Amino acid sequence: MMDRRKSIKSIFLGSVAGGMVLNGCKPEVDSKAEAPAVATDHYSYGRTPEEKEQISKLEAEKFFNEHEMGTMAVLCALILPANDKYGNATDAGVPDFIEFMSKDIPSLQTPLRGGFMWLDHKSNTDFGKEFKSISEDQQKQILDEIAYPDPKLANSEQPLQVQFFALMRSLTMTGYYTSEEGIKDLGYKGNSPNVWDGVPEDVLAQHGLAYEEEWLAKCVDQSKRNVQAEWDDEGNLLT
Amino acid sequence: MYDVIIVGSGAGGGMATKILADSGLKVAVVEAGPYFDPADPEQRTQLKWPWESPRRGASTVRPFGDFDSAYGGWEIEGEPYTHKDGTKFDWFRSHMLGGRTNHWGRISLRFSPRDFKHKDVDGLGDNWPIGYEDVKPYYDKVDKLIGLFGSKENLPNEPDGFFLPAPKPRLHELVYIKGARKLNIPVIPSRMSMVTKKINDDSGVCFYCGQCSRACSVYADFSSGTRLIFPAQKHGGQIDLFTNCVVREVTTDDEGKATGVNYINKEDRKEYALKAKVVVLAASACSSARILLNSKSAQHPNGLGNSSDNVGRYVHDSTGSSRAAFIPDLVNRKTYNEDGVGGMHVYTPWWLDNKKLDFPRGYHIEVWGGMGMPNYGFGFNPNDFNKFFGLKVGGYGNGLRDDVKKYYGSVLGFGGRGESVAQRDNYCEIDPTTVDQFGIPVLRFHYKWTDHERKQAKHMQQTFEELIHSMGGEALGSTPTKEQDYGLEAPGRIIHEVGTTRMGNDPKTSVVNKFQQLHEADNVFIVDGGPFVSQADKNPTWTILALSWRTSDYIIEQLKQQNI
Repeated sequence: MMDRRKSIKSIFLGSVAGGMVLNGCKPEVDSKAEAPAVATDHYSYGRTPEEKEQISKLEAEKFFNEHEMGTMAVLCALILPANDKYGNATDAGVPDFIEFMSKDIPSLQTPLRGGFMWLDHKSNTDFGKEFKSISEDQQKQILDEIAYPDPKLANSEQPLQVQFFALMRSLTMTGYYTSEEGIKDLGYKGNSPNVWDGVPEDVLAQHGLAYEEEWLAKCVDQSKRNVQAEWDDEGNLLT
Repeated sequence: MYDVIIVGSGAGGGMATKILADSGLKVAVVEAGPYFDPADPEQRTQLKWPWESPRRGASTVRPFGDFDSAYGGWEIEGEPYTHKDGTKFDWFRSHMLGGRTNHWGRISLRFSPRDFKHKDVDGLGDNWPIGYEDVKPYYDKVDKLIGLFGSKENLPNEPDGFFLPAPKPRLHELVYIKGARKLNIPVIPSRMSMVTKKINDDSGVCFYCGQCSRACSVYADFSSGTRLIFPAQKHGGQIDLFTNCVVREVTTDDEGKATGVNYINKEDRKEYALKAKVVVLAASACSSARILLNSKSAQHPNGLGNSSDNVGRYVHDSTGSSRAAFIPDLVNRKTYNEDGVGGMHVYTPWWLDNKKLDFPRGYHIEVWGGMGMPNYGFGFNPNDFNKFFGLKVGGYGNGLRDDVKKYYGSVLGFGGRGESVAQRDNYCEIDPTTVDQFGIPVLRFHYKWTDHERKQAKHMQQTFEELIHSMGGEALGSTPTKEQDYGLEAPGRIIHEVGTTRMGNDPKTSVVNKFQQLHEADNVFIVDGGPFVSQADKNPTWTILALSWRTSDYIIEQLKQQNI
């Protein structure tokens, strides 16, 4: 693969080379050939230069202050605490993820920030201290009032504190299950080269399903996947 | 001086590049976006994990998510388009080598004999000036060059081809097959251009990561860059790639024949000219129409190829309406790797007789589901489905871990994708009041669905609910109402827009002839979706590829005979 790519690169011409200039004056530089190497940073998942710049810009901004981040750390760990195998959501880096998302999707900002203020106000009123400083039992007393939406109402009709908690729960869960630890916890087994050869027998049995012979006859024989395909004139695969 | 300038490097442009360069012609490919190679570590998104994106794959920047390979989207900064009379059309553009073929669904369906002559069946729209027998040899060649999996089914509306073997169905697809059969709705293996078995030395073999939308780093599916343009270069083609170059117009001489194109180089923002004997437009249906309309001259005062005011007219997209369901039989699943190919392993082709229905033309059903890789949005409302069991929804704590695992892989979704009938009054034209950042006048769209499409979407929703019931599932969300057009997507959302430079024998009612050659300038050809007279309920790419090959053969022949 590397060799092929090299050969492709070597025959690839810059965008300016070969172009006849309309106004009779050649462009000064072949900017493609002389473009500086893209700055390396900690994101290497195929970003364009513009996208990298945008991420760096968002990361340089700070939305939640230290107090808010502290409240978020406590809240995320209450929503998804540690168990005997895995850490809590805050250990998995969820607050930093939510900080980034609040800049990436600015419509999240006011509901989240307002929600944290609501929590502190409720806590100050009921317990005389801000939310992150009261006991876990007291924190749970507050959460119990806002964590269970009225099933008869749509989310947008729920009281604001209930909507806030639902949003924080969603962001916490998605932040956790898209983290390295969360994916391990979930048991997702893919994202790696493999050879798909159907649902395991025990799973088929568990769900009362089976493959039909007629259907399987149309499916790939994985032992011959690297044998070049050849057909007869009727389109019947011969190899 | 080039033999041929090809504008655009998607499916049509890539195929023309390959066929024309293979024949020894000197070719310039002018592409509005950057060079792209999914094997380049700087550009690759395949096999990346969600946590490698700070937004965990959210669609804030790229509309199909942070790992999707398409640069661009519905809106591109500095490149607007406008609308007329409050109508709606969403235009997806992807400016990069290979264009939208880098991320497309790879659903590779042939049109049937009926699809080319559907007016004969129901009196609507127009027939193509060519038939299945004209295109079949090229479909066959495309199958053998690029490769697609599928199965011989002998269905009159779904012609068989030269298929690679299909991947086995996943668990949710077996549930779908069972549910659909109870309703006598057929299900067959999908027909998609992933290489499930070696096809030639220019392609890899699929390793089942399910990420074709990220573009394949081993070139084991169809993208125009990796499977047509790179091989053409590798085999010694004389190809000059002009990337980041936006074509403004086709230039013409005193006789009205094309002499080449003018383009803007994005890097120095200056205008340049390229000359060639032949110009092939493959910029996408709407972009090619825009180039023609902006190519005004003394010989072509109304735009090139537009003396009878057909350019831009008859633009039409597929219909689309979707639904999802919770399937109780799929809770508490054992986890294993079922990524498979990127997309569905089975689908339902159109199966009904329109004589018994209140709308014309058909739709096929696409199916999705399974234990996919989590991305932004996974785990939202983690125990919402508790409501189906009379259990409490909401809460917090470690119970949520159990809920997430319980419901992982229990959702199955449908996309209905159908045929709309092309309308003369649906069009794109030049908006004389607006330019883009390159000073090029932009497109203005006027598009309205008719009751044909609304009724078809209504039927899709009824079918989806019957299927959900048959699978013992619970439909998610409420049935889209008449006021919501039954969930019918806005035109453009399915990204199958075609028809803007339609094909015909009569220059008064069409833009190109049956070889996709402009009636009004015989050295200009169009090989994208523009020449489609009708779109069938088939995704257009396989037909674009076949017709581009056919046109390329014609160009080679005409140059040999010195006719153009």
